[in-house]
Amino acid sequence: MEWTDDAIILSSRRHGESSSITTVLSPEHGRYAGLVRGGSGKNKRGILQAGNHVRVQWRARLPEHLGTFTCELVHPHAAMVLSDPLRLMALSSSCAVADSVLPEREPHPPVYEGLQVLLNSLGQGDFWPLIYVKWELGLLGELGFGLDFSECAATGRNDDLVYVSPKSGKAVSAGAGEPYKDRLLPLPGFLHGSAEEGTLEDAADGARLTGYFLNNHVYEQHGGTQPEARARFVQALRKTADGSPRNA
Amino acid sequence: MQNASIDQLTQYLAKLPGLGPRSARRVVLYLIKRQEGLLRPLIKALDAVAKEIRTCATCGNVDTNDPCGVCSDVKRDHKTICVVEDVADLWALERTGIFKGVYHVLGGTLSALDGVGPDDLNIPGLVRRTEQGNVGEVVLALSATVDGQTTAHYIAECINRDATEVTALAHGVPVGGELDYLDEGTLTTALRARRGVS
Repeated sequence: MEWTDDAIILSSRRHGESSSITTVLSPEHGRYAGLVRGGSGKNKRGILQAGNHVRVQWRARLPEHLGTFTCELVHPHAAMVLSDPLRLMALSSSCAVADSVLPEREPHPPVYEGLQVLLNSLGQGDFWPLIYVKWELGLLGELGFGLDFSECAATGRNDDLVYVSPKSGKAVSAGAGEPYKDRLLPLPGFLHGSAEEGTLEDAADGARLTGYFLNNHVYEQHGGTQPEARARFVQALRKTADGSPRNA
Repeated sequence: MQNASIDQLTQYLAKLPGLGPRSARRVVLYLIKRQEGLLRPLIKALDAVAKEIRTCATCGNVDTNDPCGVCSDVKRDHKTICVVEDVADLWALERTGIFKGVYHVLGGTLSALDGVGPDDLNIPGLVRRTEQGNVGEVVLALSATVDGQTTAHYIAECINRDATEVTALAHGVPVGGELDYLDEGTLTTALRARRGVS
């Protein structure tokens, strides 16, 4: 058995003295784990950093085997963000979330494409927090828990949408949501408009929104909690948003 | 057929880094053939290490004394603390002979994957040292990996930057490194950290 594909490194854990068990996300094969011989050594450790874009070849005698990977670096996303704490946290968070929620060996090309866009955006420009939130929304949709912001769940109107119902995941207009606003989640404007409209504050609200549904629909169903890397990123994003109310 | 004690020794040696069962058997045979010259001195040395070695309560280094030789050396600059992941990194920096400050060994890096959080590392001890002592600079000598740099940023956030300067090791082209053979990640960070030529 053998396949070759583009992939993003999601995680790499030391195995034995010099090898590592590495998990990647590829468009055609989904989340896939394999053994990388020498993966803990100094030559390959740099390539196997979470977020890096690689070309992988997977080989095994039988399809159910763990198999071995050989990886060739295509783009070092991790190296691009090492010096920026918030971008580095976003990279760690996105990889940890993908690693923890996606089923193994099930292709999800939109999640892969979205993650590529997010990782590329981390290296350039300031829109990445908004792209991060949109990627998590897309991920929820791919997992079957898509949120609907097209119209108000109560009135059917598609204007003045400012809340999200935590039960249905549907948008609620300001008028219809007013009596229940303490129980509703805020809906940032950029999620039903263009990305340029959002601020860091909106991105933090968006991350809270997706975090709520990831927790309720995915993590709690499996008896787990969201990855520490995501919790740390959302906390830092909120802190940055509170500290500098600049446009994202 | 082998003796049970030889088997046991082989099994223990096979657990050492770089050794497997086959090479452990070779080591055992080598030691048996050199009992006076190697085996007995090795037993003595192992026994001494087991009895005397302790972890320095100040920095986390291993030494026969607590505080360790580095922390108790009055000639060193106690206002500069170099933060390293492991004792092996401390030894590596000491081999250079360049750094004249003191150290702080974290005992690893933050790792969401392995469930290593700030409380599992010696970070509170570092923050206490910077708050109590008259520390002017903290040098973060951590790996240029996602986990290493996440830890570095976390530490930088924990330290009061008004009182203490926080610096980090440069990332880039190694001495003797040819650009053609460097990976794209190293080249990228080197290019980003370029500086003026004097």
